[in-house]
Amino acid sequence: MLKYIGKRLVAAVLSLVALITVVFFLVRLMPGEPFTSAKLTQQVADNMRHYYGFDKPLIVQYFQYIGNLLRGDFGYSMKYTNKTVNDIIGQTFPFSADLGIRALVLAISVGLILGILSALHRGKTIDFVCVLVAIIGTSMPDFIVGALLQYFFGIKWGLLPVARYLGFEYTILPSIGLAFYTLAQVSRIMRASMLEVVQQDYIKTARAKGLSDLRITARHQIRNAIMPVITVLGPTVAAVLTGTFVIESIFAIPGMGKYYVESVANNDYSMILGMTVFYGSFLILCNLIVDILYGVVDPRVRVGSR
Amino acid sequence: MSEREKILEIRNLVFSFRTYGGVVHAVRDVSFDVRKGEILGIVGESGCGKSVTAQCILRLNPEPPGFFENGEILYAGQDVLKMKKKELRNFRTREVGFVFQDPMTSLNPTMRIGAQIEEVFLSRTDVTKSEVKEKALNILRLVGISDVERRYRQYPHELSGGMKQRIMIAIALVSEPSVIICDEPTTSLDVTIEAQILDLLKELRERLGTSVIMITHDLGVIAKMCDRVVVMYGGKVVETGDIREIFYETAHPYTQGLLKSIARLDMDKTDVLTPIEGTPPDLFSPPEGCPFAARCDRAMAVCQRYMPFESRLSEEHMTRCWLQHELAKGI
Repeated sequence: MLKYIGKRLVAAVLSLVALITVVFFLVRLMPGEPFTSAKLTQQVADNMRHYYGFDKPLIVQYFQYIGNLLRGDFGYSMKYTNKTVNDIIGQTFPFSADLGIRALVLAISVGLILGILSALHRGKTIDFVCVLVAIIGTSMPDFIVGALLQYFFGIKWGLLPVARYLGFEYTILPSIGLAFYTLAQVSRIMRASMLEVVQQDYIKTARAKGLSDLRITARHQIRNAIMPVITVLGPTVAAVLTGTFVIESIFAIPGMGKYYVESVANNDYSMILGMTVFYGSFLILCNLIVDILYGVVDPRVRVGSR
Repeated sequence: MSEREKILEIRNLVFSFRTYGGVVHAVRDVSFDVRKGEILGIVGESGCGKSVTAQCILRLNPEPPGFFENGEILYAGQDVLKMKKKELRNFRTREVGFVFQDPMTSLNPTMRIGAQIEEVFLSRTDVTKSEVKEKALNILRLVGISDVERRYRQYPHELSGGMKQRIMIAIALVSEPSVIICDEPTTSLDVTIEAQILDLLKELRERLGTSVIMITHDLGVIAKMCDRVVVMYGGKVVETGDIREIFYETAHPYTQGLLKSIARLDMDKTDVLTPIEGTPPDLFSPPEGCPFAARCDRAMAVCQRYMPFESRLSEEHMTRCWLQHELAKGI
């Protein structure tokens, strides 16, 4: 197992290097550059370019960047004055992660329960309701979900604060808004997987043993059905924890989401790279955890990985 | 043999499935009994209702879409079809073991072998935990598995197909049932392993006195294993008898056809096998008369119209064929 994780870590570092390289050169290909504001005089802009090393050959800049990265330094933002990318991530990531964790807990627990109930009562009313939730969740964009939540719970009924992130009651609406899509996806996949597993021969064996329905569902069906859910959770966890532009904007949460989008619009090279590297390593880490989880749930995967 | 007491009686069983295409009449008025300590073979080609019949005994067919239209399955004076949920579970746990066709898929891939065997005792309060483990290890030894402590901790994918089928037999036998039903237990195994598994079942029958219902489409397996045979066709029993009667005094043209279509060692190089032409009847709308009439080279006008009565040829030997009717004698 340790050898397997070691191997995967090496692969992770390699893909990260590839990611950095590709993004580093790609951002330079974008039209425009960071210092084009009309307020900057030619002299100032040239000074800035010199300061950031734009006057050196690209390949030198690349190795300089890698060198800084190895020291954990993402560099200064080219847009936000006197702020390093590290500062920005450090200030905004906790909000995004906090919201993300709440949303994930909600999405996974409720999603699994809905999926299981739905499969167990296939064709009944409860199944219909769950499938409906799943369809709405996967097809409704998050800005609509967010706006509807704000309108009904925040304005019409006045139950919960409409925006900002100042205490527990503030976290409820954005968590639901962020969780909705994942919840729907988890329940849809779990339902399908449960229905597939129930047809397996070993379920018949379990029934022939005279086990109770509860035991068959809990011990034989769910455990084998949960694999496909784990598969989709890897990338989803990474995406949800690192913040989303739409939900964070709608609920005025000072998370990371908006910096992704703005950094590209601003041609903020160091910011784009920093964000990408941060998100990329997070994604790779989540996928690694998923692969390890596979082995925990399904012993067959453990053998294959040796 | 015939003096043995009956432990399981199936009487006029009719079982169907509701599907989108209509009702499938899978089992149509099937009756037979199982006696203490015997090996009863149920033989027939695919789709003749033998598996469904066997699964009816434990009510393993999904209901719905399946449903019982008629009949009773008597075990120790109790009708399985009238059992409450709890009684049925108890019946499955203690009285009847079931070995499925494909050992590769019949074991839960995420559970250790030991846990899968011990699970049978889950609802029983009369056995302690340490006794359960002891029983599990003993049954593993009994089905011919070596190094039982290690196997006990392994997962199904770490075992070979033959070994998995031994585990399935162990699961079926661990609570010392009086009947085990083997639904084509060797179909997915290779021939040498098949022989081992059959020998094991035979040996276990001798040692434990368990009755065995052996479902197969292979007359070779029947010849090797069984005391009595039920031949099924089109959801009906067409012939029953003891093993000698079925092979040497074959009464039903279908059974004769089955016998002619197997290869034998004493055949000449030039001899050809005689297949049964045609396909089994459509069980969505089964024929009114004898289900085999359409494929039978000795079919008469009456065969198309009316289902033959049971003709008793000896104490054990029964067939449903108009050729055995008094009026048809000599044809």
